[in-house]
Amino acid sequence: MHPSFSVIFFTTFSGAGYGLWFWLGLLAATGQPLTRTPTLAALALGFVMVTAGLLSSTLHLGKPLRAWRAFSQWRSSWLSREGIAAVLCYVPALCLAAASHYILDARIAGALLAIFSLATVACTAMIYASLKPIPAWRHPLVLPVYLVFALFTGGLLFAAVFALSGWPVTNMAGFAVMLGAAVLWRFKRRAWRDIDSRPLPVTRNAALGLPEDRRVSVFERPHTEANYLLREMGFVLARKHSKRLRVIATTLFALVPALLALPVYLLVHVDAGPWLLAASIAALAGTLVERWLFFAEAKHLVSLYY
Amino acid sequence: MGEPLIDLQKPVGDDVKQTTCYMCACRCGINVHLQDGKVRYIEGNPAHPVNRGVLCAKGSAGIMQHYSPARLRKPMLRTGERGSGEFREIEWDEALALAAGWLAETRARDPDRLAFFTGRDQSQALTGWWAQQYGTINYAAHGGFCSVNMAAGGLYTLGGSFWEFGEPDWEHTRYLMLWGVAEDHDSNPIKLGLGQLKGRGAKVVAVNPVRTGYGAVADEWIGIRPGTDGLFAFALIHELLKADRIDLDYLVRYTNAHWLVIANPGGADDGLIARDADGAPLCWDRNTGAPGLALSADVSPVIIGEFQLADGRQARAVFHLVAERYLDPQYSPDAVAARCGIPADTIRRIARELAEAAFDNPLVLPIEWTDTHGRKHSQMTGRPVAMHAMRGISAHSNGFHTCRALHLLQLLLGAVDTPGSFRYQPPFPRPIPPANRPGKARDADGRLDAPPLGFIHGPEDLLVDENGQPRRIDHAFSWSYPLAVHGMLHTVIRNAWAGDPQPVDLLFLFMANMSWNSAMNTRETMHWLTDKREDGEYRIPRIIYSDAYSSEMVAYADLVLPDTTYLERFDAVSLLDRPISDADGAADAIRHPVLEPAAAGDGRDVRGFQSVLLELGARIGLPAMCEADGSARYRDYADYIVRHERAPGVGLLAGWRGADGNQHGKGAPNPDQLQRYIANGGFWRAEVPHAGRYFKMANRDYLDWSVGMGFIPNANPVTLQLYSETLQKFRLAAQGHGPRQPPDEHRERIATYFDPLPIWYEPFEGAQTSAVEFPLSAVTQRPPFMYHAWGSQNAWLRQIATRNFLYLHPDTAARHGLVDDDWVHVDSHHGRITVPVRLAGNMQPDTVWTWNAIGKRKGAWKLARNAPEATQGFLLNHLISDITPRGDYANADPVTGQAAWFDLRVRIEKADSSAESAPQFAAFSGHDPDSAPLRFGAPFPRKDGAP
Amino acid sequence: MTSLPVPSKVKLGLVIDLDTCVGCHACAVACKEWNAGGISGPLTDENPYGKDPFGVWFNRVHSYEVEALDAQPAMTLHFPRSCLHCETPACVSVCPTGASYKRAEDGIVLVDEDKCIGCKLCSWACPYGAREVSAVEGVMQKCTLCVDRIYNENIPEEVRQPACVQACPTRARHFGDLGDPESAVSLLVAARDGVSLMPELGYAPVNKYLPPRPRRAGAATMQPIEPVAEKLDQDSLPPLLRWLDRALSR
Ligand SMILES: Nc1nc2c(c(=O)[nH]1)N[C@H]1C(S)=C(S)[C@@H](COP(=O)(O)OP(=O)(O)OC[C@H]3O[C@@H](n4cnc5c(=O)[nH]c(N)nc54)[C@H](O)[C@@H]3O)O[C@H]1N2
Ligand SMILES: Nc1nc2c(c(=O)[nH]1)N[C@H]1C(S)=C(S)[C@@H](COP(=O)(O)OP(=O)(O)OC[C@H]3O[C@@H](n4cnc5c(=O)[nH]c(N)nc54)[C@H](O)[C@@H]3O)O[C@H]1N2
Ligand code: SF4
Ligand code: SF4
Ligand code: SF4
Ligand code: SF4
Ligand code: SF4
Ligand SMILES: [Mo]
Repeated sequence: MHPSFSVIFFTTFSGAGYGLWFWLGLLAATGQPLTRTPTLAALALGFVMVTAGLLSSTLHLGKPLRAWRAFSQWRSSWLSREGIAAVLCYVPALCLAAASHYILDARIAGALLAIFSLATVACTAMIYASLKPIPAWRHPLVLPVYLVFALFTGGLLFAAVFALSGWPVTNMAGFAVMLGAAVLWRFKRRAWRDIDSRPLPVTRNAALGLPEDRRVSVFERPHTEANYLLREMGFVLARKHSKRLRVIATTLFALVPALLALPVYLLVHVDAGPWLLAASIAALAGTLVERWLFFAEAKHLVSLYY
Repeated sequence: MGEPLIDLQKPVGDDVKQTTCYMCACRCGINVHLQDGKVRYIEGNPAHPVNRGVLCAKGSAGIMQHYSPARLRKPMLRTGERGSGEFREIEWDEALALAAGWLAETRARDPDRLAFFTGRDQSQALTGWWAQQYGTINYAAHGGFCSVNMAAGGLYTLGGSFWEFGEPDWEHTRYLMLWGVAEDHDSNPIKLGLGQLKGRGAKVVAVNPVRTGYGAVADEWIGIRPGTDGLFAFALIHELLKADRIDLDYLVRYTNAHWLVIANPGGADDGLIARDADGAPLCWDRNTGAPGLALSADVSPVIIGEFQLADGRQARAVFHLVAERYLDPQYSPDAVAARCGIPADTIRRIARELAEAAFDNPLVLPIEWTDTHGRKHSQMTGRPVAMHAMRGISAHSNGFHTCRALHLLQLLLGAVDTPGSFRYQPPFPRPIPPANRPGKARDADGRLDAPPLGFIHGPEDLLVDENGQPRRIDHAFSWSYPLAVHGMLHTVIRNAWAGDPQPVDLLFLFMANMSWNSAMNTRETMHWLTDKREDGEYRIPRIIYSDAYSSEMVAYADLVLPDTTYLERFDAVSLLDRPISDADGAADAIRHPVLEPAAAGDGRDVRGFQSVLLELGARIGLPAMCEADGSARYRDYADYIVRHERAPGVGLLAGWRGADGNQHGKGAPNPDQLQRYIANGGFWRAEVPHAGRYFKMANRDYLDWSVGMGFIPNANPVTLQLYSETLQKFRLAAQGHGPRQPPDEHRERIATYFDPLPIWYEPFEGAQTSAVEFPLSAVTQRPPFMYHAWGSQNAWLRQIATRNFLYLHPDTAARHGLVDDDWVHVDSHHGRITVPVRLAGNMQPDTVWTWNAIGKRKGAWKLARNAPEATQGFLLNHLISDITPRGDYANADPVTGQAAWFDLRVRIEKADSSAESAPQFAAFSGHDPDSAPLRFGAPFPRKDGAP
Repeated sequence: MTSLPVPSKVKLGLVIDLDTCVGCHACAVACKEWNAGGISGPLTDENPYGKDPFGVWFNRVHSYEVEALDAQPAMTLHFPRSCLHCETPACVSVCPTGASYKRAEDGIVLVDEDKCIGCKLCSWACPYGAREVSAVEGVMQKCTLCVDRIYNENIPEEVRQPACVQACPTRARHFGDLGDPESAVSLLVAARDGVSLMPELGYAPVNKYLPPRPRRAGAATMQPIEPVAEKLDQDSLPPLLRWLDRALSR
């Protein structure tokens, strides 16, 4: 699949933003008293990331001005649901911003924010996971991966914001980061191994309605130059590039954050803020690469025809 | 929310006009739907006899052809050097005055100093007549480089031919063999027919080195080596003869199988047909034990044995010679298998299948008919085996004989114009050979005594001077190419440059892209067109060219006459030229302007070439085009179509003749004729009488009808010629007999290739080069979605293929370490090209091929200079020499002069990957096209009311 | 409308005969031509005369090589590909705007271009590559089954069928109601063992393809040609003599 930057940016940054909002919402939902500065900072950062991501995602639309129409099909369309959930998030987020002035009950707003945020990310994942023509995206780990990435990158940002604004972040945050990194590493390793080992579940013969007894190869394409299908779905990534990029991605989203989290965990008195910030940046960068690969490595069944 | 409302009742357009497609030479009927004066949709006309409603890719893309940015806009006069593409636009008055001046000057000097050659046009009934009025012998159309081997092979054997003048009996055949056919001129009828055959479960065999298109759907594909079909046919004949699976009754009734051939080695009559005092052919009559009249119904011919004629001369029946020759072991399947690349068992099996299909299940139609002897038959018994062949056979230097070999095979099976077999389309069959001979001399008015093209009956008809040297600029009808009945467009430019046999002053070309894809030896052709004498004048002093688009050839003209598109002019698809008949009916058609160039209001000012030609004729005072007072006789081509009579009652169109328009075939001109055509959907068709549908060569009902229509002079039966006496006459001349003999240098060639029975020989290029040095054959194929050079400028068609590849068999590729998209140098004895390759297993391993005419020269056709057609696409033509490797003759068939495109032999060599195909030539001057998106259809309202 | 309608009784669709298709692209260009000026036109072509011509087509014709077997040489197979008007098409259900819909009346799958936001998701959801976008127009486009022809009373009844079916020179394309087991197309599918493409994906395509019939090349080692009752010993006597006594009449 064509790795479209607007969509990669969206899933990475909005994902992190929703993760951030999730943790904030969770915190609020537990009834913990919220300190104004970090709360507002987290809300604002989440707002910027979510909104930038969403705006970026409309760049990918042919008719961005009609984007509002995308809310109508929530009964069947994950994209529609995603849109609704994404917009819904803004309500508790604003409430929470207000709640930090003690206008509303922060617990309810927090809970809703956490739920809507996770739901948005889940819907995003489901957009992909529901597409039968793209077997790599049908992998059972796609949904968990999307969620964990959001929680992980969002969590890092959340912790960084709070730490940087002087909130006492426990050293267990460092442990959580290492744990998250390990989970992601495991999940992705598994998913990648499966992509590599599983051929497309459908053969060209089946795509053409032919019996399987004779090998069929392309003689002539319907067009000698590119067309929409080839540009959008015919993206081919050389295996050696993909290997390298996977290493880079894993290093950035798992290894580097885990290493940066180590001092936070071990050195109780260290100022966690900068470490966590650095880990966040690395994780976001790694996520971008991972998302790029998510698209670039996914083969669409239409490629059987080409 | 409910479903959106969509307008399902939107009229297709606000007007519809019925005319004839000219995206190729098939000439299907089309309905052109117009909306606000623009073309909205072109569809096939369901009532039309050619396409019955279907339409090919090119036909549907006619919209883009019509609106092409490559259309010429105005007459143009060269300002830069020839070949640069620099012109200034001029007005028609100036253009016509210039052209008329040049034409008049040339005519005054010597009409033969005009070489008037037309390409893919279908108005030879006009252009040939015009040349005759002008008085030049140097006229021809494109047939010489196209498929004259098919035409001549057929007309000298059957009085009809494959090409588009005959067709398989699609309704009844059970076994169809397609020899070397990719698309052909009859492309929609063939496709309709194949669809029908597949539906009926008839067997289709494709004999072709490549398996695409029609071969893809064939039951059996025989991947033959190029140039060896004659051998394959002989092996089939050998098997059929050996097993006595031939139709002797058919042979003695309809062919010259029983005619006696004089055996007098060394004598002047050796090999001629034994005839009585009146010239009637003789046979040996079993009843009387004496010679009898071969055409009589009352003889019982003996076909084997040596007989003594009354005057003591020895003679044998044609069949005897046939059987003797082809039973020879050199033609056995085992003997030919290796050369053809077809297993001997396969050859034996095909022979058996042919025999079974023809004889074990004869097809009997309950149609009563009367033969030319007046005998009534209660039914028609057919041999449901049909063959169709085209350029895979004809574009070889042995194509004439190979074509004759296929006809011989058909005749032995009794499978010509019987139910289920090959069928003639009216006005064929015609006498063998057709009566009209080429014009030779001029009358007082400067007019040629006959049209410049015709049929040669013997050495006396050749156009040679007293020394036996060619008279025509293309050397057609000379001892080098005696039966070049379509002329030789492929030799004109070299000879005009060389002044051989004499210089020309004016080269006048129409609709032929002669500096590019229709040239052999393209590079030198460009040189000949631009070469100058010592005094700085061009060696070909003047070139006038008419095209509708900015083709490669336009850049080589001094004066360009811009033609209309096919939707803007009158044309006659005439029975005098290339009719659109089918086996059950005679048909002709017109084109008429469905759009007016001026109405577009964009300053484009173009005129139909035929009208321009008539006006030029009038301006230079050609009598047939002028009234007594010197004014133009014909207003324009439309007027000519209606009023001109070729012979009393015979004009360009056969329909609705006579003052009231109720005569068909023959009749006085009808001023309303064109209206009648338009009202009938643009065509006319007359059914062959039911009893005349088959055995047309000897069917009284058919022949009487044909005479009535004015197609043939009399209703005599046409005897099909297994043995060609015409060819033997040439051979005798070469052997030193008769008043007109070839110069010594041609004697052996004539004696060899004018064999009265079909022969096979190695195509010249292969014979004169080494198979080690050039181990591969290279051929082109017609892409179904493009027509020569016209197609690949088309915005829609070029999206299917903007570039071509050289296809290689995987075994060949492996030998050279090649994979898809590698580049290779391809070398022939003549040149080198560098091109990208693709691998394909669906082809004969020793052959390479590519689609024809996709490569373009930079700056031509208003394509961007970096268009893949120019940067990646390529032509094989750069490898194809216009002369044989030995350099003694044109790269052509020795009998007909047909260009031997497919004789090409090459070797390949891996090249470093390349950014561009080679050779490349300087880009023509001009601007790249506008790169704005094409939003065709946008102006048509999308929904009711909505914009 | 993105949710699928209750399955219609009428299931209009195409039946494409791969046994007969010669790969001529007529259907593809006729489709382009009709639809460019039809309800979902234009089918915009970017760079029409330049380096990378890039246009929207609803129907594309592929060519394949089917590998040689011992008794069969390599085959060439042509394969036209367009929307199959699936019965349970994810292209419709993924659409966030309702622009993509399946008609309740006849099952035709369409895009309402006035609603479409060009998110491309439906094209991802279609395994058959039946949907295309041009950046210029920004909306998804696809085969309309020529809905503006097949019901159009301004078009004579005999040709009131999709443009591709009308054009196909070998008549390898058939149009009709595949919901009616007695329709000509359904009977054809039954007779020729027509197949659905990738049925395992669950889209339930309405269009069917008729697979190529086995090619009858005959085994290479068949008996040689059978002579008719042979009186003659060909080895000892010249075969010509066989015809010596043949009584023939004209
Ligand atoms: N390598 C190779 N070369 C071949 C062949 C091959 O098989 N292989 N085939 C040969 C054969 S059989 C043929 S027939 C030739 C064909 O070759 P050409 O006859 O040269 O065919 P085109 O390239 O179509 O060129 C015809 C010209 O007519 C112009 N034209 C189109 N429409 C009109 C019109 O309405 N009016 C006017 N005045 N001009 C118009 C086109 O713009 C073009 O310049 O190619 C030959 N060349
Ligand atoms: N779409 C389309 N239709 C056209 C044209 C076009 O340009 N495009 N051009 C028109 C013109 S001008 C012409 S002359 C006709 C020509 O119509 P075709 O005769 O169909 O012409 P080609 O494409 O040259 O096809 C020749 C076929 O012969 C095969 N072949 C080559 N050498 C041999 C051989 O030695 N033996 C055998 N058995 N086969 C061989 C080639 O592989 C090819 O399939 O088509 C006309 N129709
Ligand atoms: S075959 Fe195609 S291009 Fe040729 S006349 Fe017919 S519709 Fe036109
Ligand atoms: S073929 Fe594709 S676009 Fe057409 S209905 Fe099926 S899934 Fe949708
Ligand atoms: S591109 Fe248009 S039709 Fe397709 S899913 Fe998006 S909104 Fe729906
Ligand atoms: S049915 Fe109409 S829209 Fe669909 S492929 Fe055929 S011509 Fe195109
Ligand atoms: S028009 Fe018919 S024969 Fe030609 S490609 Fe399409 S389906 Fe095949
Ligand atoms: Mo030709």
